[in-house]
Amino acid sequence: MNGVIVTRGLVKQFGRLRAVDGIDLDVQPGDVYGFLGANGSGKTTTVRMLLGLVLPTRGEVELLGGRMPRAGRRVLPRIGALIEGPAHYGHLSGRENLALLDASGPGGPWRTRRRRIAEVLDQVGLAGVGRKPVKAYSLGMRQRLGLAGALLRRPELLVLDEPTNGLDPQGITEVRELLLDLHRTGTTIFLSSHLLAEVEQLCSRVGVLDRGRLVLQDEVATLTAPTGATVVETPSPERVRATLDGRVTSIDGNRVVVRGDDPAEINALLVGAGVRVTGLALERPSLEQVVLAATGASTDRVEAPR
Amino acid sequence: MILVELRKMFRRPRTWATIGVLNALPLVVAVLLVLTDLAPRPGQGPPFLSAVLSNGALYPLAALAIVLPLFLPIAVAVVAGDSVAGEAQAGTLRYLLTRPAGRTRLLVAKLVAVLAFVLVTVVIVAVVGYLVGTTLFHAQPLGSTVLPGTGGGAGVGGTSVSGTALTPQDITNRTLMAVGYIAVSMLGVAAFALFFSTLTDSPLGATLGALAVLVASSLLFTLDAASPIAPYLPTRYWLAFVDFFRDPILWRDITRGLELQAVYVVVLLGAAWANFTTKDVTS
Repeated sequence: MNGVIVTRGLVKQFGRLRAVDGIDLDVQPGDVYGFLGANGSGKTTTVRMLLGLVLPTRGEVELLGGRMPRAGRRVLPRIGALIEGPAHYGHLSGRENLALLDASGPGGPWRTRRRRIAEVLDQVGLAGVGRKPVKAYSLGMRQRLGLAGALLRRPELLVLDEPTNGLDPQGITEVRELLLDLHRTGTTIFLSSHLLAEVEQLCSRVGVLDRGRLVLQDEVATLTAPTGATVVETPSPERVRATLDGRVTSIDGNRVVVRGDDPAEINALLVGAGVRVTGLALERPSLEQVVLAATGASTDRVEAPR
Repeated sequence: MILVELRKMFRRPRTWATIGVLNALPLVVAVLLVLTDLAPRPGQGPPFLSAVLSNGALYPLAALAIVLPLFLPIAVAVVAGDSVAGEAQAGTLRYLLTRPAGRTRLLVAKLVAVLAFVLVTVVIVAVVGYLVGTTLFHAQPLGSTVLPGTGGGAGVGGTSVSGTALTPQDITNRTLMAVGYIAVSMLGVAAFALFFSTLTDSPLGATLGALAVLVASSLLFTLDAASPIAPYLPTRYWLAFVDFFRDPILWRDITRGLELQAVYVVVLLGAAWANFTTKDVTS
């Protein structure tokens, strides 16, 4: 396998609690992979196992082709990470923090350090931050600085845990643009989040974690593919039911779901019968519906053995 | 990595505040001595203090003896206890390890930084002591210093006067050796604190753990019933640095002290390494 992140049967047991229960991640080069899960579902533990911070109880992790944690020294310099919020030395400036971090490991030559620091600070919008110590930064600025630290060595893979945490709406948009930019230049992005909307806007693939199990892993396009039904918006839903008798599956206010994947045909039928139509579209499940359905199913599986 | 850790340590205001406080106590003692002219009688109070009124050049040793029982170990325990647990608490440990700094390399770098702190602190206390001593007291031209007995120390020596004269060269050499010996003693404290620092994510917990060991050790040392284990207590030979100023130098306790600290340091650092390289970093 030559995925960017591949795990096989990854298990982490903390005492009697099985935080991660046999997950098989598969992140391919060029993916923007959304790793979704409620708080406490094992997301953070998984991310920590990927990066060699937590040692798996069973199973294996392959990162950029190297077995973790042994290959850490070789592959980690090619990865940028933001894990559970940024962390810096409060009494030092942002620049100083980045320089110290860069000097603490391999793959960050000191000759280019100043230039690289200036570049990433510019990229994350902190170019003019000066010598102010990090303890005087706002939460959003710290988040940006954390992101700058992750970008410092032009990584092939970004592992980001809630990267927009603490940012205002403009900041969120900026970070999203930045990530999409990086993705266009070939960076693979692994984004762990519980914000469905964020993942939906950014990601091409998702994995959904529920109580330590990976309950879903697929392309977003596949998951939200049309269901074969059409949504009709109309001021008179009852007349739609009368006209298309038997094909209406549900009515919710002005919104009527009709079986059939040809909106033009349905429109013609309705207009022919004199029913006013204000909107017409193929029905697609939202990512939220898909995720809720998947995690719901998992709850059943857990309860089944009783 | 080592340079990075040294930079972190010595760019921290706290490091210098600690060293400042460490120097404040001997300074206060010196000022009080000058104002009152009431030196403790030989054999009472911290070693060497009785002699400084007549010779200020001995004040570095008096200063070290003043901070040795409590201040110096506290400072070392704070810095060493903070080394790993402080990074864990601040959250920077996870970024260092994914950088990747390498767990063994990080631990070694932390150890070297703590070692540097111990040396710098002991040397600064000695230097400030010398400056204070020679400005506030009569600095005898060390032509024929007669060394007074140095009581009060850990059951060694009495109150008698050793008596022989030492050349200035001799005094300097012996002071340097004493500074080295004290640094080694503090390394034992550092090893305890560093080990605890890898066990917990709370720097305060690690520091207090190390201090608890020292308090327990000092307490047991005064207990007759604990005499069988007394030779193995970490604080047992701390005050043996006084023996550098006997004529001839009384090596017995000094070598035992060095051996004992070496054992503690090796065992504890081994344990710290074994623990740190295999633990889950969840901070």
